[in-house]
Amino acid sequence: MVTEANISVARIWSLLENVTDPEVPALTVIDLGIVRDVILNSPPAGGDGGVEIIITPTYTGCPAMDMIATNIKMELLVNGFDKVKVTSVLTPVWTTDWMSEAGKQKLKEYGIAPPNPRQQVCNNDLFAPGEAVQCPHCNSYHTHRISEFGSTACKSLFQCDDCKEPFDYFKCH
Amino acid sequence: MEKKSQLEDSENPPSGGRGAYLLHLADNALILGHRNSEWCGHGPVLEQDIAITNISLDLIGQARNFYQYAALLKADGSTEDTLAYLRDAHEFKNCLLVELPKGDWALTILRQFFFSNYQFLLYQQLQNSHPDSYRDEQIAAIAAKALKEVTYHLRWSSEWVIRLGDGTEESRRRIEKAVDELWPYTDELFLPASYEKEAGVDLSLLKEEWMKKVNQIFEEATLPSPQEEGLGVRSGGKQGNHSEHLDNILAELQFLQRAYPNSQW
Repeated sequence: MVTEANISVARIWSLLENVTDPEVPALTVIDLGIVRDVILNSPPAGGDGGVEIIITPTYTGCPAMDMIATNIKMELLVNGFDKVKVTSVLTPVWTTDWMSEAGKQKLKEYGIAPPNPRQQVCNNDLFAPGEAVQCPHCNSYHTHRISEFGSTACKSLFQCDDCKEPFDYFKCH
Repeated sequence: MEKKSQLEDSENPPSGGRGAYLLHLADNALILGHRNSEWCGHGPVLEQDIAITNISLDLIGQARNFYQYAALLKADGSTEDTLAYLRDAHEFKNCLLVELPKGDWALTILRQFFFSNYQFLLYQQLQNSHPDSYRDEQIAAIAAKALKEVTYHLRWSSEWVIRLGDGTEESRRRIEKAVDELWPYTDELFLPASYEKEAGVDLSLLKEEWMKKVNQIFEEATLPSPQEEGLGVRSGGKQGNHSEHLDNILAELQFLQRAYPNSQW
């Protein structure tokens, strides 16, 4: 049933497409898969017309999360939603599996290798051979890992052995 | 006498043992995160400088989650910031291991390995919580979230212990010295404070698993197994009895809020 509330919830989801990750501006919060729910407290149901956005952090120490919450509030505020609450929940734990396919494509175009579809790194095998990560520049799989920690918490550093370009890899999580 | 009563109080803040336990978890993460951050711009090579500071960031993120939850339970106007910036040294409940100066690269690496090994096992227990004690969904959630990152920390530091131990004469000399320096501080990780007993974490079980991992990595690093006896035991941090090193950290960490109260950016 199409109701005013439905329309608003759909509208909020589409407005959230305008909110990007400040550290990886190619990605929206929807692409990242960090928006878990949009709750509208409609006046007819006794609500105050307020909106609650449920988000989940990517990495525990990601400094972008506070800014993302502020940007979500701002985006909704300028579009007429004046009672907005952003709540962060930790469970279920965010995983790169929640990143949208469109998001992965955007990351690649931006020059960052998107996370591989299957979790390959979260284990304790020492000196494990690096994952087969595709170079976002020349598409070669002939690449190697320089460091599993990169410029932000979510990335590791790779280099392409064919085109020689170093690149960031959005690591599996 | 007055000091003694303060110490007793700090073991039993208004929110009870759980509040104290949360502060213990948070303080461990904050203080080691701060120590590691001292490498920023000073790492031996750029990639490892970035690695150790990434680990700092993860630890400080964990500390924030625990402080936020502790503040919520206290419900007395405390915030994550007041808990980090406005408590005195004797109110901190971190282990002595994490407050020691960063030393050389070998000492930093070995401490991270000892601590990540401990955190990896502890958070596995916490994420499943305790059938015989209270089940705390938020502690379990924070642990589950952090565990993915701690897995990276443990792998990275394990590999470096092996590289240093089985590396050059110089690297080996340094890591052997680090073992002698740090070993007396490892026992405290497993000596339960009253608030840990209440949390239902089985530290004796952790110790067995922890030692197994230490032996495995030391063997690969061609290092002798650390001797249990002979080096002594240093403890007291969990009860608020700290070394002067914590005062030095807090002097720097808390300076801004102490000198310019309530300042924000």
